[in-house]
Amino acid sequence: MLRRLLSTLLLAFATLPADLGAEEVVAGLSQNQVAITANFDGSDILIFGAVKREAPLPEGPPLEVIVAVSGPQVPVMVRRKSRQMGIWVNTDSVEVDSAPSFYAVATSAPLSEILTNTEDLRYKISTPRAIRSVGAPATISDSGNFTEALIRIRTEEELYQLLEGTVEISDQTLFSTSISLPANLTEGDYTARIFLTRDGAVVDAYETVLDVRKVGLERILYNLAHQQALLYGFLSLILAIAAGWGASAAFAALRN
Amino acid sequence: MQIYLPIAEVSVNLLLLMGLGGLVGVLSGMFGVGGGFLLTPLLFFIGIPPAVAVATGANQIVASSVSGVLAHLRRRTVDMRMGGVLLAGGLVGAAAGVKIFNVLKGMGQVDLLVTLFYVVFLGIIGTLMFVESLNAIRRAGKPGARVKRHKHNWVHNLPIKMKFRTSGLYISVIPPLMVGALVGVLSAIMGVGGGFIMVPAMIYLLGMPTKVVVGTSLLQIIFVTAFTTMLHAVTNHTVDILLALLLLLGGVVGAQIGTRIGTKLRAEQLRVLLAGLVLLVCGKLALELLLRPQELYSLAPLGAG
Repeated sequence: MLRRLLSTLLLAFATLPADLGAEEVVAGLSQNQVAITANFDGSDILIFGAVKREAPLPEGPPLEVIVAVSGPQVPVMVRRKSRQMGIWVNTDSVEVDSAPSFYAVATSAPLSEILTNTEDLRYKISTPRAIRSVGAPATISDSGNFTEALIRIRTEEELYQLLEGTVEISDQTLFSTSISLPANLTEGDYTARIFLTRDGAVVDAYETVLDVRKVGLERILYNLAHQQALLYGFLSLILAIAAGWGASAAFAALRN
Repeated sequence: MQIYLPIAEVSVNLLLLMGLGGLVGVLSGMFGVGGGFLLTPLLFFIGIPPAVAVATGANQIVASSVSGVLAHLRRRTVDMRMGGVLLAGGLVGAAAGVKIFNVLKGMGQVDLLVTLFYVVFLGIIGTLMFVESLNAIRRAGKPGARVKRHKHNWVHNLPIKMKFRTSGLYISVIPPLMVGALVGVLSAIMGVGGGFIMVPAMIYLLGMPTKVVVGTSLLQIIFVTAFTTMLHAVTNHTVDILLALLLLLGGVVGAQIGTRIGTKLRAEQLRVLLAGLVLLVCGKLALELLLRPQELYSLAPLGAG
């Protein structure tokens, strides 16, 4: 019995990277909640941490840090226009199975230099890897273009950010970076992942949740619209009629 | 000053929204059009998601139309009986239009169809109105030239005649019912009040006097857009009450100003201006279809929220 337990434990350790435990990341966020209020116009999140070591600083290439903040994963329909009978029409479409609504990667050096392709594949760190697209329709041979378009459009909207060299590391121990969340943020459970890499390989990773929520009036209106749709519809109409009547009455009074 | 909209989930400038509402309100009061054909594309332009723009635009039009119609009621330039007949046709048309819309949505290409509808209808109506009112202005300029008010056409030979005292008409109810139904169908498909179609139809087809047309059209628009708003609120949850509030704060004030401007201008001048505006929007939409877009790809989130 004891022997079996020991062997499973040993097996578990054997599958872990050999150098795990040598360097560990401890990190925190300046805030664990982002409240979307009526005057929300974006927010800066400060991410900071330290590397815990039990052994002396290893030889070789320096320690690098990658921070990835991701919004909830949702499917997206990507459509492409082409010219049909002289006018531009949506013709082809690819459904991307899941793409983060927000995705920012901050690194301490150019991403391709501090992360190998295999490690990227394993941990899904870079933006193209964070998007999952399988099974484009057979009529579309260039589904890669659709994923690229998705990244391009969201990068323009500042929803996807690649911030290379923005993580500051001091003495290979302390690090910090700041990620700005844009004003057109959607709510949900965001995750912040922090990776330590050496020579392109991930040494340790840390993950924490960032709660992005509408609060106050925004929350009340959103819930009402979805849970009491009929009431909400009437409320909108009453508001419209009252405003129209009010303005008319006010102007009539002004004239007399 | 920025404000985050709870349903649209974007942050926009407060004053920009109120200004947009005001501009559309002025047009609404002047011409008796809801302004939806202008407001909805403008909302797209400032980054409001299309579904939210269409639904909230309808709600805003309710407000500016109420404001406008009250001003007309005080001046007794609303033909209640004609409004009732148009509305009866309108509700039937809107119900049919919603069905058509859903069928097209199932086939995809609903965006294209809406744009094509806009281009075709705005183009035809704008051109007709422009030519007609320019001729009217030229005629009015010549002394001694007589303007024939009532043209006798097929409309006057149909059965079930009814007296419309405010409009000074004694015509069959069939043409107004048909106009109402057509507008209902179009407003459901295009997400607008339909004033830009109804106003010319009332003037040219039914022969109603221009000063009655605007108020009567607004009356009909209130009911059609209220119906559309409810439909969107219940089925798609895309009415943004905060966005509507800001738009209508500007809109209701604008509508009052527009009504005042409208009474100061001559009917022909009013029609030339409206025709010019309709053609402008039509031209812009046509260019979008004909020119190669900067970004060929577009995104639509699925199953979100």
